[in-house]
Amino acid sequence: MRELVIIGGGAAGLAAAISAYDAGIRDIVIIERASRLGGILNQCIHNGFGLHTFREELTGPEYAARFVKEAEKRGIEALTGTTVIDLKPHEVTCVSPSGVSVVQAKAIILAMGCRERPRGALNIPGFRPAGIFSAGTAQRLMNIDGYMVGRRVVILGSGDIGLIMARRLTLEGAKVLAVAEIMTYSGGLRRNIVQCLDDYGIPLLLSHTVTDIGGKARVESVTVAAVDEKRRPIAGTEIKYECDTLLLSVGLLPENELSAKAGLELSPFTGGPVVDDSLSASDGIFACGNVLHVHDLVDYVSEEAAAAGRSAAEYIRGERDGSGYAEVTALHGVRYTVPQRIRLGRKDVRVRFRVTDCFRSASVVVRCGGREIMRIKRPVMSPGEMEGIILRNTVDGPISVEVEE
Amino acid sequence: MIYDSIVIGGGVTGCSVARFLSLYDMSVILLEKETELCQGTSKANSGIVHAGHDPKPGTLKAALNVRGNRLLKELERPLGIDMVHNGSLVISFDSDDSKIRELYERGVKNGVADMEILKRDEILALEEAVNPDVTWALHLKSGSLVCPFSLTYAMAENAEANGAVLKTDHRVVSIRRESELYRVITDRGDFLSRCVVNASGIQADVINDMVVPHEFSIVPKRGEYVLLDRSEGTLVRSTIFRLPTEKGKGVLVTPTVHGNLLVGPDSITLSDREDTSTVGAGLEAVMESAVKSVPGLNFRKIITSFAGLRASTPSGDFILNEPAPGFYNAAAIDSPGLTASPAIGEYIAHRISERLKTGKKLSPVLDRRPIPRPALMDMKERNELIGRDDSYGRIICRCEEISEGEIREAVRRGATTLDGVKRRVRAGMGRCQGGFCTPAVMEIIASEKGLSMKDVRKSTKGSEVLV
Repeated sequence: MRELVIIGGGAAGLAAAISAYDAGIRDIVIIERASRLGGILNQCIHNGFGLHTFREELTGPEYAARFVKEAEKRGIEALTGTTVIDLKPHEVTCVSPSGVSVVQAKAIILAMGCRERPRGALNIPGFRPAGIFSAGTAQRLMNIDGYMVGRRVVILGSGDIGLIMARRLTLEGAKVLAVAEIMTYSGGLRRNIVQCLDDYGIPLLLSHTVTDIGGKARVESVTVAAVDEKRRPIAGTEIKYECDTLLLSVGLLPENELSAKAGLELSPFTGGPVVDDSLSASDGIFACGNVLHVHDLVDYVSEEAAAAGRSAAEYIRGERDGSGYAEVTALHGVRYTVPQRIRLGRKDVRVRFRVTDCFRSASVVVRCGGREIMRIKRPVMSPGEMEGIILRNTVDGPISVEVEE
Repeated sequence: MIYDSIVIGGGVTGCSVARFLSLYDMSVILLEKETELCQGTSKANSGIVHAGHDPKPGTLKAALNVRGNRLLKELERPLGIDMVHNGSLVISFDSDDSKIRELYERGVKNGVADMEILKRDEILALEEAVNPDVTWALHLKSGSLVCPFSLTYAMAENAEANGAVLKTDHRVVSIRRESELYRVITDRGDFLSRCVVNASGIQADVINDMVVPHEFSIVPKRGEYVLLDRSEGTLVRSTIFRLPTEKGKGVLVTPTVHGNLLVGPDSITLSDREDTSTVGAGLEAVMESAVKSVPGLNFRKIITSFAGLRASTPSGDFILNEPAPGFYNAAAIDSPGLTASPAIGEYIAHRISERLKTGKKLSPVLDRRPIPRPALMDMKERNELIGRDDSYGRIICRCEEISEGEIREAVRRGATTLDGVKRRVRAGMGRCQGGFCTPAVMEIIASEKGLSMKDVRKSTKGSEVLV
């Protein structure tokens, strides 16, 4: 029986391991399917990581390396090249070139990250030629393997990876013709729109989508059209781009197939497990990072994962307290909150959430048992940027979070 | 060299014909224009083993459907074909049972075994997700699921094991009669043969016309599908059909052999023989119709959509004939062609053996070892496999839990492209649709084939992944 098993050795898994160690846990193992630690950070060679954590701008691999070094310094064990294939409470089954093994654990932290939404989920009409990539796949092929994926590129979706790849492709000599976004706002960070599109003169077409893909062997054209308020293409607005590549950056989905196998309740809004303020999804299982809900900044992932590590340590030591929960409800303007419930009697609880729409000079209002306990004015909020608040009051009743315009 | 038989077309029909021919004491070569087998109609269909209730009694379709259903069940184990015996339901919302009874009687005439008519409560007891407005259903217990790729590759590999030669990237451009022989001219050389089988799917009329005057036209009909995540694969257990109409068997909702949920197809007659594009409106109609059968379908779980072409003719039946001595058509093989394919193979091979007066091989290879599937093994068996070859312990496709060993074996068995790997071992067929495993699969293909990464293709010529 191990004390703590962490599934995933990316940003979340590493930070969770380090904080659990620092909270006194020594018997920790990280299980990572790739051949090295660091997760998706390894292919994010652009800078902008670590502004909050280290107060400096690092690249993804640099950011990961700092955490890997800290984990190594503590002698934390990591099984790389090892894939978890089954999960039950207190039991992880994994496979590697040395075979299938079952690891028992007092506590388990889920840190499997997320995957990209594929083209099929969009039902874009047209053929299935080569030259259609999800943005992350293209990023891997370019940044890890060193290959070029296209010369003339259209990007569908303005998620952060798509924006980053627009710049990356441009720097490598490709022509990025346009980024089409079906929503009226971008799903990416404001700073990425400025630094990756505006600075290079790449048009961002809001309320536009791809209506056709031409080419049978390789992409030859991509047709983009404006959409109405029901997101249906408007006839006559089509623009046909001659190009060889279509990148998709149309959303990230937490990878929770293992969580489902373990019988965890999954939120339809986050795609991740439903957790309490200790990030516990069920007895002895904790979750953090993009497997819990998709983050836009790795700094927040590290912070959340460190909290999960501390909670797991408390649990392992038998110090977990609390009886009864207050539900946290997302009301007007709030798509979801994490956590979704808070142990009664807790205070200084961090609640992260995303808004449903773009809001200007609106207020976030939090109520506890119907009574307003917090009101914060925010000049701008958008769905692409995660919001966070800390509830200073002791939680003694149901919590609601809403946006007041 | 003079072959006894040339089979044109490497879809499920051509591969089945080649397989049954290869059981005889004769030389067989199969010519496929694409880089991989199973690239046309065979790759994009419902994957259903039909019971045989639907074709008009007395047609080739009726006879070969029922025969094919039995043959598939016989061949499933020895050839390692991926099948699931789940049963089919044809559901009706009519107030009376006359149409269901009609289907039942048609099934009896066609020789379909194991049928029963169910009433509403019996249907809902069997399939609780079916629309509760359902009134009657025909339960076809001999309906099954088959993975069309697995069937095609099983036939192809077993044909090879029995000495048949399979040539991909060989497009037939013309056929000449030379005394008693046929000279089949491809873009990569000529082949001489005593007999020729035309199993060229959508192109069957074109190939026919190279030998004899035009006698039939293939009218391609496009069918579009959506495939849902495996999380939805247990919504129904049976294959749920609607009452057939003049347009066909309608939109079905079915689990697949590999545990996904498949919804489709529609039926659109096309002028372009190659048009396998999907069309937004078509897919919406498919989904709308499916919801009538199974209201709880969760289309947020769609992982991909695809379109297939059915090689139809206005007459509606298969065309299995010998319009010139030694030249055989296996044409117009639309639904239930997948089910019928082994029976078509058996039938054509028998006719050719009679013509050439050839007997069966003394000791043909009658079984085939499928590519190992560690994810389906128990722990002991899996550890033994990994102990022998540790690449079976390295997971490359996380969604379908496919190991490096399986992908290497797929390449060793003939896959040279991403689609070829995907169809043999499912790497890239899961919920992320190859997002994570594509670079790793490309590396394996490149290393096994001694190619550069830039030469690795998705499928056909010109579909290189990198630029």
